[in-house]
Amino acid sequence: MNQRRSIFIISCLAFGYAFLYIPILSMVVFSFNASKLVTVWDSANSPTLKWYYSLLKNEEILDAAWISLKVAVINASGSVILGTLTGFALSRFTNFRGRFTLNAMATAPLVMPEVITGLSLLLLFVAMEQLIGWPAGRGITTMTLSHMTFSMAYVTVVVQSRLATFDTALEEAAMDLGARPLKVFFVITMPIIFPAILSGWLLAFTLSWDDLVISSFTSGPGSSTLPMVVFSKVRLGVSPEINVLATLTISAVTLIIVGVSLWMARAGRIEKAPA
Amino acid sequence: MVVFLPYLWLMLFFVAPFVIVLKISFADVDLAIPPYTPLLQWTEKNVLAVKLNFNNYSFLFTDRLYINAFLNSIKVAFISTLLCLVVGYPMAYGIARAKSSTRNFLLLLVILPFWTSLLLRVYAWIGLLKANGVINNVLISLGLIHEPLTMLYTPFAMYVGIVYSYLPFLILPLYANLEKMDWTLLEAAEDLGCRPWQAFYKITLPLSRNGILAGSMLVFIPAVGEFVIPALLGGPNALMIGRILWDEFFSNRAWPVASAVAILLLILLVPFMMWYQSIQARESAGAR
Repeated sequence: MNQRRSIFIISCLAFGYAFLYIPILSMVVFSFNASKLVTVWDSANSPTLKWYYSLLKNEEILDAAWISLKVAVINASGSVILGTLTGFALSRFTNFRGRFTLNAMATAPLVMPEVITGLSLLLLFVAMEQLIGWPAGRGITTMTLSHMTFSMAYVTVVVQSRLATFDTALEEAAMDLGARPLKVFFVITMPIIFPAILSGWLLAFTLSWDDLVISSFTSGPGSSTLPMVVFSKVRLGVSPEINVLATLTISAVTLIIVGVSLWMARAGRIEKAPA
Repeated sequence: MVVFLPYLWLMLFFVAPFVIVLKISFADVDLAIPPYTPLLQWTEKNVLAVKLNFNNYSFLFTDRLYINAFLNSIKVAFISTLLCLVVGYPMAYGIARAKSSTRNFLLLLVILPFWTSLLLRVYAWIGLLKANGVINNVLISLGLIHEPLTMLYTPFAMYVGIVYSYLPFLILPLYANLEKMDWTLLEAAEDLGCRPWQAFYKITLPLSRNGILAGSMLVFIPAVGEFVIPALLGGPNALMIGRILWDEFFSNRAWPVASAVAILLLILLVPFMMWYQSIQARESAGAR
């Protein structure tokens, strides 16, 4: 590459990554700050773990985290099933009535502003309660159903793109050898697209765990999720405990993502290795 | 069966809700639970009467607040998309041209922030931008400024927040597009006497058109209805339509007005969504 051009590109990359990471690093650094004035570094008493202790004793945050965890796990498992089915239908059955509609419906939640999704789902739940008495009231059930509706779109995209790249000859061979479609799916297709299903699960978990807007619309009294508690705290001003929460989140995400991508890179090498 | 379950699910939880929103946008605010009047009413002679109420819509079009909020949201989303392109294009280009060993690492660095909570990342900017925040402290200690700059709760803070949060959404599709590019075309152009900038303008840019459009739509469409970022960084005067909808619903309990806002926002965004879908269809057709 041309020298001047590569210097330009490298400085753009450096600027971009600094922009992406300085805010994150600042939260990590200030989570160890002793001062309650979050952004003023108290060098006499820092670094300290006192906000870590106070976060672990904060009942409100812990309760909310527990609710978020329940919703996120059920949501991730449900959306993986729905999203895999959708992705499979869209990439393997190229000609069926309603394919266009299914494709449009499955990808629209990706770009739909959250306030619209949240409001419309809440109004649906209210109407359903009036009509058939279920779901009674709003809470974990309604939040989970709403999260599944938008998370499955992401799973669909991930699964569909994985299915598009692998050779259908494998599936056809199994069918020719007499395997039933269901068996083909579980013995051939599933293991091959497993990395995509795993990323889909993690993605759906994260989307649900982080969601504020849709949860706010569809939750009920006593079922505040972690983002809802964080939002009400942040609105009142910065708080050192939020920095701690952010640091813990970032560490967990980094460990999981790096772990999974290393594992996938290895699995990919084995797959590509000549037999 | 494989098609039926997702189809039914999406019909029930994605399409049906919009019909209900449309219905309630024609209702009237009522002091009841739920707080709106029914659309269908039995009048005394067992006749089903439909009461359509267009007041919510005429209200939205007569009150300048709502029109300004719509226009402002479009403006903010458009400028943010441009800023994302300015920052994100060179990054996507740099990643696509990096050695394949460093490429995966660079991509991972783009994806990581996307996996951490948007709320927490927006919160980080409060700490950086506020009057006694990190940026002001650094600038003062360097002697560049004497008084802290007012950055938080300004349009500037809002743009920073949106560009920061949506940048990965632009980089990833753009990278996926640039990665497929045949770089020998650039070498050919340069051999034939094109200057690097000319070659970029004449070859790279037109070939990455679909990536640019797809990434821009992924930023623009959600940004128009964004709530969290204007609520936390934009201050009380940040008129964004997502925030208006939220306030109508949660503070004023005006469900019909909120529904009407949602319907208008949807009408505004549907053409962009269709455009996005057709770009995606073209991209995947080109990949095969």
